[in-house]
Amino acid sequence: MSWGLLYDSTRCIGCGACSAACKEQNALSLPIEKQTTAYTWTVVEKRGGHFTRRLCMHCESPTCVSVCPVGAMQKTAAGPVTYAADKCIGCRYCIQACPFQVPKYQWDRPVPVVGKCIMCEPRIAGGKATACATVCPTGATRFGDREDLVAEARKRIDAEPGRYVDHIYGLQEAGGTSVLMLSAVPFGQLGLPENLPDEPLPLLTWRVLSHLPDVVGVAAVFLYGVRWITQRREYVRQNEGGDAPVEPPSPAHGGGRS
Amino acid sequence: MSVAIGTLRRPWRWGFWTSVFAVLFAAFLWVTFIRFTRGLGATTNLSDQFPWGLWIGFDILCGVGLAAGAFTIMATVHLFNIHRFEPIVRPTVLTGYLGYLFVCFALMYDLGQPWRIWHAMVYWNEHSVMFEVAWCVMLYTTVLTLEFLPIVLERFGLHKLHRILHSAETPLVILGVVLSTLHQSSLGSLYLIVPEKLHPLWYTTLLPVMFYISAIGAGIGMIIVESHLSGRAFGRELEIDLLEPLARAMVVVLAVYGVLRTETLIHNGAWKLALGSSYEGRMFQLEFGLGVLLPILLLVWPKIRNSATGLVTGASFAVLGFIMNRLNVSVTGLERSSGTHYVPSWMEVMVSVGLVAIGFAAFALAVRYLPIFPEHGSAGHEESSAAKG
Repeated sequence: MSWGLLYDSTRCIGCGACSAACKEQNALSLPIEKQTTAYTWTVVEKRGGHFTRRLCMHCESPTCVSVCPVGAMQKTAAGPVTYAADKCIGCRYCIQACPFQVPKYQWDRPVPVVGKCIMCEPRIAGGKATACATVCPTGATRFGDREDLVAEARKRIDAEPGRYVDHIYGLQEAGGTSVLMLSAVPFGQLGLPENLPDEPLPLLTWRVLSHLPDVVGVAAVFLYGVRWITQRREYVRQNEGGDAPVEPPSPAHGGGRS
Repeated sequence: MSVAIGTLRRPWRWGFWTSVFAVLFAAFLWVTFIRFTRGLGATTNLSDQFPWGLWIGFDILCGVGLAAGAFTIMATVHLFNIHRFEPIVRPTVLTGYLGYLFVCFALMYDLGQPWRIWHAMVYWNEHSVMFEVAWCVMLYTTVLTLEFLPIVLERFGLHKLHRILHSAETPLVILGVVLSTLHQSSLGSLYLIVPEKLHPLWYTTLLPVMFYISAIGAGIGMIIVESHLSGRAFGRELEIDLLEPLARAMVVVLAVYGVLRTETLIHNGAWKLALGSSYEGRMFQLEFGLGVLLPILLLVWPKIRNSATGLVTGASFAVLGFIMNRLNVSVTGLERSSGTHYVPSWMEVMVSVGLVAIGFAAFALAVRYLPIFPEHGSAGHEESSAAKG
């Protein structure tokens, strides 16, 4: 079973209770900022008259997990993408690569770490819903099994087609996310990227990386072969005199190295 | 930075360049202090919107790329047995070695917690390009150390160790070429995962191939530029008879790169942008025009190739174009999607300039005290002027 969140922008009243609960749950320093930072993991923004919540989307195949050189980011079976601050070396590749601009850095600290929503992973492990879903007064953020949430979202769109755009954001974006979103307007207007491929982004690099062992083997054997041939030519040239190979290496001098 | 003067051929004088270096070094130390006591935010213009800047774009991407001459020349001389390039092996290996040390030092400034760099050796994530680059750079820096060490051993007359290292030369050279092939290309693969962020003028699934080919071109260009600079500094004549064939090789590499780059742009449908007048379009035209087309057009003429000025001009443009390419991939091409405009802070520039200055100083010291150039050589190389074919 994999947990997820369903955020329904049309039900959100922008009260910000989710941000406050998140701060408390994760012991983050105040104040609640206007945008997500390393210290504010979720905010409600108002764009063109519509509310939109910013939080980690908890991708099914997360880009951050794939790019992290030390495996500090992990996708748990329960759904959350967690972050092990004690492993992080601070390369910031996760910040660079995340398609949703989620991970943020503690730029103001001499010993910085990344900050991002972890879907209240300790709470989920303890059998509880996330803090944000628990405090939400209108049910705009709902916690549950991802498959149930997909069915629920579908049901809402079908029941009130005039209220929603016919799209569940997160169902397929970048291979799917554990956080799903519903909206009255196209998601681009809420500031969410609409140009993401449906396939997981980590595949783009894995296609190359997975072939590297082959490159190593072939290149090493090829180069040894080249060396063998050139050495043999040199040997023949030096020992059998006249019958020089097609191109004598260098007329200047033969060996060279001491 | 006063240095004990031993058996120098020329006495050390506190001249203009020493003064420049001293000023730069003082500023560099000050910025270092700020960086490690107050963090990246106080030092850089980086932000959550733009987390990688000059230190990645110039210090890492260009530092590694411009050091590609070392593996190229090692393969040419020791695997393909083209021995006439022997006289430039040592200065090129020195340049490459200093280049990689420069990269390692710069990384200490860019990483948020550099004291944890060893984590990459302990916590593995084989799905990460960064992980692969980290290992390759680490291993190749070791290889370069072992390729540089014989020069030091020779200087101090440690012939037994020298012989042991010499017997491992072929495997070392091959390891160096393989590792370089992997990480030179993988620096391009770093950006494969941001198709929706990187501008179509620079994003292509062939990024690793582009990075590899352009690094070889720039590495050769750098050999010519470095020969010119050290020639001026140490009063040696440019070895045109050696560098002219290198320039020819560079033209071929640049031409292959240019054709591949053009074809990719046509396939991507980005060729209209390439000809357009957008910010990105103009930057691309500068990069490609000055850095690829111009050096080809110059160096394709034997007359230009055989003049010191022409040779150095062409190679300099190739190196400049390479630097512009890496900065375009890592900065220009990512600005639009990030919604911000990134300009490095003076402190970021200071760290890069300071590290480059230290590199130059280290090169100068190495040349003074170690047998780098044939004139100093006890290795039995002939004088460069005698190497005419």
